[in-house]
Amino acid sequence: MNEQQSLRPTASGTTVPGRTAEAGGTTPFWQMRGISKRYGGILALDNVDFACERNSIHAVLGENGAGKSTLIKIAAGVVTPTTGELMLEGREVKIARPQDAHAQGIVCIFQELSLMPDLSVADNICMTSPPGRFGFINHRAQRRRAEALLERVGCGDVNPLELVKNLPLSRRQMVEIAKALGRQPRLLILDEATSALTAADVEKVYAILHDLRRDGLSILYISHRMHEIKQLADTCSVFRNGRHIETFKKGTRSDNEIVRLMIGREYTQVYPAKPARPEAPAPALAVRNLSWGSRLNDVSLTVGKGEIVGLGGLDGQGQRELLLALFGVLRGVSGSIEVDGKAAKPGSPGEAKSPRIRMALIPEDRKSEGLLLPMSVRDNISMASIGRFTKGLFIDRARQDARVDEVIRRLAIKVGDPDSAVATLSGGNQQKVVIAKWLMTEARVILLNDPTRGIDVGTKQEIYQLLRELADAGTAILFYTTDYDELIGCCDRVSIMYAGGIKRELRGDDITEENIVASALNIDLAPGHPGAEHGA
Amino acid sequence: MKAADWKLRTSQGQGLLIAIAVFLLMFTLYVGNHPAGLTVPVATTAANKAVLLALVAMAQTLPVLTGGLDLSVGMVFVMTNCLASSIVSGEPWQVALGIVVVLLAGALAGFINGAIVVYGRLQPIITTLATGAVYYGIALLLRPVPGGDVQPDLADFMTYTVFEVVPTSLVLLLAVVLIIWLPFRHSVVGRGCYAVGSAEGAAYMSGVAIDRSRLAAFTLAGLLAGVAGLMLTFVTFSGEASASIGGTYTLNSIAAVVIGGTSLYGGAGGAIGSIFGAFILRTIDDLLFVFDLPPLWQPLFQGVVLLGAVSLGAARVFRIKNRLELFN
Repeated sequence: MNEQQSLRPTASGTTVPGRTAEAGGTTPFWQMRGISKRYGGILALDNVDFACERNSIHAVLGENGAGKSTLIKIAAGVVTPTTGELMLEGREVKIARPQDAHAQGIVCIFQELSLMPDLSVADNICMTSPPGRFGFINHRAQRRRAEALLERVGCGDVNPLELVKNLPLSRRQMVEIAKALGRQPRLLILDEATSALTAADVEKVYAILHDLRRDGLSILYISHRMHEIKQLADTCSVFRNGRHIETFKKGTRSDNEIVRLMIGREYTQVYPAKPARPEAPAPALAVRNLSWGSRLNDVSLTVGKGEIVGLGGLDGQGQRELLLALFGVLRGVSGSIEVDGKAAKPGSPGEAKSPRIRMALIPEDRKSEGLLLPMSVRDNISMASIGRFTKGLFIDRARQDARVDEVIRRLAIKVGDPDSAVATLSGGNQQKVVIAKWLMTEARVILLNDPTRGIDVGTKQEIYQLLRELADAGTAILFYTTDYDELIGCCDRVSIMYAGGIKRELRGDDITEENIVASALNIDLAPGHPGAEHGA
Repeated sequence: MKAADWKLRTSQGQGLLIAIAVFLLMFTLYVGNHPAGLTVPVATTAANKAVLLALVAMAQTLPVLTGGLDLSVGMVFVMTNCLASSIVSGEPWQVALGIVVVLLAGALAGFINGAIVVYGRLQPIITTLATGAVYYGIALLLRPVPGGDVQPDLADFMTYTVFEVVPTSLVLLLAVVLIIWLPFRHSVVGRGCYAVGSAEGAAYMSGVAIDRSRLAAFTLAGLLAGVAGLMLTFVTFSGEASASIGGTYTLNSIAAVVIGGTSLYGGAGGAIGSIFGAFILRTIDDLLFVFDLPPLWQPLFQGVVLLGAVSLGAARVFRIKNRLELFN
């Protein structure tokens, strides 16, 4: 049982999406029919019909986890759908690998760059089909092609011989675009392809996209930036919980309506009651003017003693970097961090957890950053607090085990034998082990990075309960989550991040989905919108 | 524009240029202090020893470029040596056939490594540790005690000079560079190796034939180790299944690759650098000899040089801003 499943419509095919495109009578250029994709128990795409036309820029909108990225991964051949068929110009096509997609002229510009950092710009641009004969590369022709493409995207100043790793991020993204153009796309997919670009580059990209549309391309554009979509798209499709909700022509929906389409879901989770507070408690964690490269810009926030502060916004707006900076993982962070009024800017996670600061971070990826998978549940739980259980040079097993077993009981971790490998536990129980590890250190400040992702509803609720208990006992909690529901249900205050800074702070009754989504998209909703209807 | 190109090429070839400079410096020191000076016999002896390691180091370079180590190159080297000492003799056609069989055996050994790594999805380092033992076992079966022979005229030709000036072994090395390395470097498959080593995920997303590139890298490594094994036979006139030769050459080949500026993470570097890395390692021995330092100093000295070279490559660590990236 999981959230997505419980939200499935009772009858399949109740939605109208995809039909709009066929209304004209002509066959759409690219079509996805009845596409579903299941990852284990999670249904990422649920019987999706989707189509896009030639000579058009088609925007795809949706919250985190709405299924947009699965949709484009299927088109690009990275992921194969569980059921359903793909049609190009009315004929069914099989796309099992990226090569298949390339052969059909489907080219995707991904959020995570698909460039090889140690290779030259020219090598990268011509990676898929280099010029030459008999399997050998004609370097002069390659260079000419690279130069022409760079010129086209307005990067004539980039030397094709330069290694990609020596370029700044914004240039790399333009190289990525040049590379995509070089593949002669018929269907071009851009996934947040402008996120790192400068304003001038963005203008250039718009101009190119308009040219390509005129040349007959079909362009799928995924962006979280509403103004970009307004400026570019002819058609918009909204996705939600893995389903295609609606497709409409540009200008037929207001911002408010679009936001409502993106949200429109029921509450399925139960949260512990928030304490009534006339005013915010004294700050336990105070962050001032924190900056790190171009990824964090002048972030200031406080978390009170006993308070749960939510960190929201779309993926990749600096939330992860903020937590890492607080925990001492990043180098070259400027600004100040105080815990209980004393300067506490850790230089390493080891320092962050030391008795002087007593901070804890529940990381994003429990498999790589949270757990030592082959080691036992006990060893994992005591890993951060092992220094407390020593007798001389050695670990006092008896004392450690007693304390660990106490925490296992408290969190109700379902484990047959605490000495078995943590890899044998279910996802939810593994996450509890990560949390248990940091409970052992009796942290004053707990930072959480999306701790409920990919775990079942029951465990989620136990975690909400636990967070509230910890807060009531005086712990300050900074809680980043991609689930807006949790921000609303769990948090006393919510800070929304956008482009590395805090865009807006919401408190009390202002913590609504409309406000969260609007701030996350960096748009201002028209006043008097019917937000109250939505049961927030 | 041209000046900018040169600047870029120079900075990208920094590792190679440093290796060449260090080698020239050391070799000048060696020749300057050699009682006989730079005579053809001195150069030929130095070349014959250096070319063996250079070929094995070239072999090692290819898997390293894809991001994996090949611990079996030394054993393939020994195995092909034992094979060559049995079959490269007799009539000219027999000699020619023997050479082809030796080279094919090397390539086959490399292909097996590659196939296990690619299709068995095993770690290169442990795969080649195991297959290396197998190849050594085959060498022992072929030649339980040292011995055998090789066509003497050919062996003499290969270990002396061309036109009485240029050591033939250097000509062989040049030929290998021109016929095998450079074409590979400029082929689609060869670039695939760099792409895989640089960012495998990105390479996959770009539609690079990852498996083919890896397989080619290991197969060519085996072939080059086979060329080295053949050359060893010409130098020693015999075959010997020696575990210590195999092990030493394997480890020294890794050292030569690193000194030559190829990243052990893969994706950057090349076989030319490894050749000079090998030359540097060999010249260290010779330097100790002409300066009359006790041979006991040799491992220590080699270790210090290797450490220095590796430190240059590790300088990137200071630029990393997110400490989590240190572990990737």
